Amino acid sequence: MKQMTYAEAIRDGMRVEMKRDSNVYLAGEDVAQFGGCFGVTAGLYDELGPKRVMNTPISEAVIVGSAVGAALVGLRPIAEIMFVDFMGCCMDELFNQAAKMRYMNGGKAKVPMVVRTPCGAGMGAAAQHSQSVESWFTHIPGVKTVMPSTPADAKGLMIAAIRDDNPVMYIEHKQLLPLAGDVPEGEYVVPLGKADIKRTGSDVTIIAWSWMLQKALAAADELAKKGINAEVLDPRTLVPLDKDAILKSVAKTGKLLIVHEEVRTSGFGGEIAAIVCEEGFDYLDAPIKRVTSPDTPIPFAPILESAFIPSEEKIIKAVEGFF
Amino acid sequence: MDLKKEQLLAFYKNMVTIRAFELKAVELFAAGQIPGFVHLYLGEEAIATGVCASLEKKDYIASTHRGHGHLISKGGDLNLMMAELFGRTDGYCKGKGGSMHIADINLGILGANGIVGAGMPIATGAAFACKYKENGAVAVAFFGDGASDRATFHESLNLASTWKLPIVFLCENNGWAISNSQKTHQNVTDISDRASGYGIPGVSVDGNDVVAVYEAAGAAIDRARKGDGPTLVECKTWRHRGHFEGDPGAYKDPKDQADWLAKDPIPRLEKNLVKLKYAAQAELDKIKATAEAEIEAAVKYAQASPEPDPSELLTDVYAD
Repeated sequence: MKQMTYAEAIRDGMRVEMKRDSNVYLAGEDVAQFGGCFGVTAGLYDELGPKRVMNTPISEAVIVGSAVGAALVGLRPIAEIMFVDFMGCCMDELFNQAAKMRYMNGGKAKVPMVVRTPCGAGMGAAAQHSQSVESWFTHIPGVKTVMPSTPADAKGLMIAAIRDDNPVMYIEHKQLLPLAGDVPEGEYVVPLGKADIKRTGSDVTIIAWSWMLQKALAAADELAKKGINAEVLDPRTLVPLDKDAILKSVAKTGKLLIVHEEVRTSGFGGEIAAIVCEEGFDYLDAPIKRVTSPDTPIPFAPILESAFIPSEEKIIKAVEGFF
Repeated sequence: MDLKKEQLLAFYKNMVTIRAFELKAVELFAAGQIPGFVHLYLGEEAIATGVCASLEKKDYIASTHRGHGHLISKGGDLNLMMAELFGRTDGYCKGKGGSMHIADINLGILGANGIVGAGMPIATGAAFACKYKENGAVAVAFFGDGASDRATFHESLNLASTWKLPIVFLCENNGWAISNSQKTHQNVTDISDRASGYGIPGVSVDGNDVVAVYEAAGAAIDRARKGDGPTLVECKTWRHRGHFEGDPGAYKDPKDQADWLAKDPIPRLEKNLVKLKYAAQAELDKIKATAEAEIEAAVKYAQASPEPDPSELLTDVYAD
């Protein structure tokens, strides 16, 4: 066990796998000597060299498209897209190429690749550098989507994602990068498709992921002081979703709040809510609630950006509304 | 270049096989026997033939929506291809891909592709893998004049050039992007002129002369294999029919159509073979008949293959 930041944990996951498997390589904008826009890949170039860690031109379509080609013929690329907001520049390569190759080819091809990309607001980076858009990816059959919320999960999910034989969107939150926590050393795998109860409780289930998971935990601490004992469930992987864990928790508490930083309309919270209504309706004592960002672009002015991001206060208020 | 008789006869066999396959597709489509859409390679046979003749099994190609010629030329199985067109379970993709998505990774066929221009980044990645693995293999990305306007063209040529990847960018300029003639969709006549913008050599050849294609593509493939980086090879050609079966191609000037039909690559090669006394007409007719018989056998194979089980709808979305 070692204290690491979330950023270091992501890096460690990549390092462990790149040293173990010579087919794994990392390519993206400024990932090599510069160490990545957020420093996540710092040191990998020095340790592993230019054959394994390479800078690309500003060319998202060929960054992802070439990863598809390399993966089809036996390599295991990690492609970094500097901000999830840039995924618009390579969406065909993800949803029509990476995602569909296996199915269109009748199961004879596989595309083992990871697209690593940072999401999230809170830095004043404004509308085109601050988004959360995971439901774009959860909507694509053939793609898996993971969003770690802690350093240990970040490392374990990275190793699992690299070892997975499918295209995996690995979305890391910028606000979590400096967060420190205990991380197992060496090869440590967090299986894809397995949720984690980050806090057990019996009065309400809060499902949250990425940075919102941390906010939900903080809100749960406050709620405990008011006598409300919240269970906080971190899906960790959005697709494939651990439905069993979710339904088990809702069966226990009878009340569900979903928190996500994505904008409200068509955010992944709607999908979770629909599943619980379809398969766990009898467990519910109250309608399902969502705390989300509003349906707006992310504003620049700090006071407005702050109002955009779901707050602990909003989470607390939503839970209190159940009682 | 003085090519051996065997080489030219092999070209001929391949071209008439493609021709027979595509003409059969015309017939089957008109009879309502194959579902969906087909985009036929009629008239362009010399290109896939001349290019793939210099490729080994370990080399890769990325094909297009108009991919039957590439698939056949890289060694694709006629039975499995035909069964796929019929959407049957014994098809290359178990009937789940169709004409535009046939692939055979073992033969280095990275797939036909329904997205114009999508093959170039994929082939670029395969070429990267060849360099990474140091296996001496190369990749060829086929694409059309229309695709050369897509961002994927620019990003792929730029990356492949900057990283000196073992790839050939093979443009099949048939003068049309569906109903748009070349001069209405781009402001260059020779697409090979775009190569210098990426620091790579570019060459344009008569795409209906299989020997010219073989020479230019062969040189580019050698260059790539030696580690000297990409080349843009433009082969000028013409598609005999519409963009897809069902498109009458009314946008084409009948005089252009007649002029290009007169330059059909197959009769041209036939004339040369007879002139060089490499084969008598009777021998060539026999080769054609053999090809046609192989296609008939493929149709029978396809028709005998069952439709996929409904449970196949849900399989192969993810690799385990």
